[in-house]
Amino acid sequence: MSGGDHDHHHHDHDHCEDDHCDDPTHHHGHDHGHAHAPPQPDDRVSSYHQILGIALKELLIEKGVVTPEELRAAIEKRESASPADGAKIVARAWTDPDYRRRLLKDANAAVAEMGVPMTTTHLVAVENSPAVHNVIVCTLCSCYPRELLGLPPAWYKSRAYRARVVREPRAVLAEFGTKLPPDVEVRVHDSTADMRYLVIPRRPAGTEGMSADDLAALVSRDSMIGVATAKAP
Amino acid sequence: MSALRTGDYVIVRDDFPPGHVRTPVYVRGKRGRVVRKLGEFQNPELIAYRLEGPAKALFAVRFAQTDLWPDYRGPRGDTVDLDLYEHWLTPAGPEPEEQQA
Repeated sequence: MSGGDHDHHHHDHDHCEDDHCDDPTHHHGHDHGHAHAPPQPDDRVSSYHQILGIALKELLIEKGVVTPEELRAAIEKRESASPADGAKIVARAWTDPDYRRRLLKDANAAVAEMGVPMTTTHLVAVENSPAVHNVIVCTLCSCYPRELLGLPPAWYKSRAYRARVVREPRAVLAEFGTKLPPDVEVRVHDSTADMRYLVIPRRPAGTEGMSADDLAALVSRDSMIGVATAKAP
Repeated sequence: MSALRTGDYVIVRDDFPPGHVRTPVYVRGKRGRVVRKLGEFQNPELIAYRLEGPAKALFAVRFAQTDLWPDYRGPRGDTVDLDLYEHWLTPAGPEPEEQQA
């Protein structure tokens, strides 16, 4: 079922990454004659859904549906994507007009060309200009172009960001240090369905002649979400 | 297959069905404009329950912030784009209030 690949069907609680910390049955069982520090915050009792997640994982392994190695490898791959992948795509779009056109027309093909395939969701690249500033959110859960930007930051998944950026985007952007003049249209993209969004920030002034590699260092994660602009050189 | 085209005005169904619905409450009953046809996709209201049905056309629809939030304090040009399935959209002409505004 293709729909099972979509972020919004499993709602991104990050349970896979934490479950050993949360597993109440996971004892270290050592006894080596010194007092241990008090329990850390992640020694808390697991929630209902965390226990459910652990039980599901154990059943899938017991029934031979997945192996622990496959699970580990999938988590490692998921966590190895980083904003550097998105940054090299933006830098190429800044320096290669034909690539920029391809990225705006068919983003999945354009990012695959750069060795960062997005196979389970559709990507739309939206470009900032002197007239329009784009910013992305998923008000319903936490849809995010993970293949290009890595795991979403905690604030992106927070109720405060998700509720406020569609309601008072300029106030939220100002809290991130991004003040926009009133004649710039602030365009919020709420990722409600099968599309993921990538913001192409404006190329900073004074970067003429810089190589794509050097330009990529100016493209921050937050500028590709749209809460910031690209860094000055 | 929806006959909606880029540039068409639409009104989002003002309805509150139970289940896995991907149309946020804040746009239900609101008027927007189709800005991009996104293709056809399985309906999340069915696939969330492992049910099958016809593919639905998906559209990016742009809303004026001042239409969504009567007390919106930013400029009139600010907008929100959402991706909405055809069965949530009713064709609508430009409304008289637009000319008056």
